[in-house]
Amino acid sequence: MSGNSTNEPIIICENVNKWYGNFHALKDVSLRVKRGEVVVICGPSGSGKSTFIRTINRLEEHQEGRIIVDGIEMTSDIRNIDAIRREVGMVFQQFNLFPHLTVLQNITLAPIWVRKKTRKEAEAKAFELLERVGIREQAHKYPGQLSGGQQQRVAIARALAMEPRIMLFDEPTSALDPEMVKEVLDVMKTLARSGMTMLCVTHEMGFAREVADRIVFMDQGQIVEEGTPDQFFTNPRNERTRLFLSQIL
Amino acid sequence: MTTEVSRPTSRRAPRQQIGLIEWLRKNLFSTWYNVIITVVLLYIVTQATLNFVSWMVTAPGWTAAFTNIKLLLTWTYPVDQLWRPQAAMALVLVLLGLSSGLWDGIVRMVAWGAAAISVILGLAAFTFPDLPGQTSLPGWLFMFLCAILLVGGDLLARRVGKRLRWPLIIAWLLSYPAVILILRGGLGLPVVETKLWGGLMLTLILAISGIVLSFPLGVLLALGRRSSLPVIRIFCVLYIELIRGVPLVTVLFMGALLLPLFIPGGESIDALVRATIAVTLFSAAYLAENVRGGLQAIPKGQVEAARALGLNVFQTTLLITLPQALRAVVPVLVGQFIALFKDTSLVVIIGLVDLLGAAQNIVGQPQWLGTPGGVWRETFLVIAAIYWVFSFTMSRVSKRIEDQIARSRH
Repeated sequence: MSGNSTNEPIIICENVNKWYGNFHALKDVSLRVKRGEVVVICGPSGSGKSTFIRTINRLEEHQEGRIIVDGIEMTSDIRNIDAIRREVGMVFQQFNLFPHLTVLQNITLAPIWVRKKTRKEAEAKAFELLERVGIREQAHKYPGQLSGGQQQRVAIARALAMEPRIMLFDEPTSALDPEMVKEVLDVMKTLARSGMTMLCVTHEMGFAREVADRIVFMDQGQIVEEGTPDQFFTNPRNERTRLFLSQIL
Repeated sequence: MTTEVSRPTSRRAPRQQIGLIEWLRKNLFSTWYNVIITVVLLYIVTQATLNFVSWMVTAPGWTAAFTNIKLLLTWTYPVDQLWRPQAAMALVLVLLGLSSGLWDGIVRMVAWGAAAISVILGLAAFTFPDLPGQTSLPGWLFMFLCAILLVGGDLLARRVGKRLRWPLIIAWLLSYPAVILILRGGLGLPVVETKLWGGLMLTLILAISGIVLSFPLGVLLALGRRSSLPVIRIFCVLYIELIRGVPLVTVLFMGALLLPLFIPGGESIDALVRATIAVTLFSAAYLAENVRGGLQAIPKGQVEAARALGLNVFQTTLLITLPQALRAVVPVLVGQFIALFKDTSLVVIIGLVDLLGAAQNIVGQPQWLGTPGGVWRETFLVIAAIYWVFSFTMSRVSKRIEDQIARSRH
């Protein structure tokens, strides 16, 4: 899975700093992600991991440092932000499906309005994606009629419909009933194996061990440790990482 | 690794209904003092009902409303031109019927509400006298025609399908000037000054104009109040709080008396136009606050998801936040429209003769001087019934819309 390691990085973050008021939420976070790489970010709550991945598509603004996504530098220029958002898909903890639209409309909305596809093209693509996430038959239902696991799979399909080069996952299974976690993780595993560049904030260590190329551990707004799953789980160097692992494994 | 799972059988819930006799005994006749209270109240209610019904039957004044139905509906609009209000109404109802067939949902409910009103009024219209020299259809025939136009438009549009969409949208945009043109005249039609307009016609024109015009204005104000640009936000806040701080009567007086002073040539602005502007400006401020409530109820994640998908601010508002906000406040908005519909009766104060004004004039006609007790009770009951039919229909439509939205959620 590290066959892509010769490629140049698709995400470059250099010394990213962010403050909420006086609270220093991100401290000199630097990370490079290569094309096709799957990076899992973990850490205790409040460690800044969600904030960090949200800076990559500018849902959070960073105040210092550089973020370059697929060759485009993130500035406050709205055109750059929009260009990056078109290339980056995101899946949220609370799904954030649009409740007033059907599953099909949820998925086709952005391709039609942003990518300027025809309705026909967009719907064909949507059905293909729904097939991939295994809920084609729910296309004409509203999100409120689906289970949490199904909603999250729709959310993944919705993000993929924009044909992004990078997918960000912000704790995608944390709001799910235990019985539904697996169906979402299975979709994510398939996606990871298809060569998608993925950044996942998650507490699912089984998932991390199985598909991650790299695991990044954050604490108090800093990247404390990063390494392959093997290193990370069997031989963590940092004291804080060891404490974290002892509590969740 | 499959294990047998035992499935417990479900039982029916125990019956909880009780019979009428049992209910009466339990709730009304359980103790001796309950029996006394029940009997006394029953006596009072029965007497009141009997008195009211016997008054209804014997009251001498009903003729006042029915012989003056033309004044109530159109006030002093020339009798030989009465086909024009009918044509205007028919035009709007055809469009409504077509839209109902095309868009279904909420539009259909409005159309069915209108069809229901038409049938009720049509039945009532059998009692109306025909006017001498009138060139219009008899009331009952016209009202039934309205119902037919609504249902027929619906069926036709369903047959023709999506092709009608753009022509219909354009027709709706043109319908407002068209209605005004038909009613007011010009382009070959004899002009009927708005001074002559009145009655239910004026009430409906004011209310519909107020609703239709204040809706976009109110939505813009609501969005402006949440804008990140301070100038826009402060302007919207000032406007909303100023208007909400004064009664409608004040705004009407402003429109009627002050506007002509401030705007060059203002005294030549039609009184009806000034009243419409006042009602619109007033209603928009309240509408803005209602819509803002809906906007605030939308979770932040909705906007984040839309932005993450690459939708711009404008698209996010138009496609994601606004539709959800408006759905959430439908009951409040309909409530506001009902209030606006009834509030238009305040234009009597600035000299326009709406439904209420027409009723006041009829009551004062000299031929009723001899009627014992006057005719005001009967006449006002009739117009109350007219207001009620419209308001109740609106509230039923709102209920149906709510049900439909609730169903699409779960």
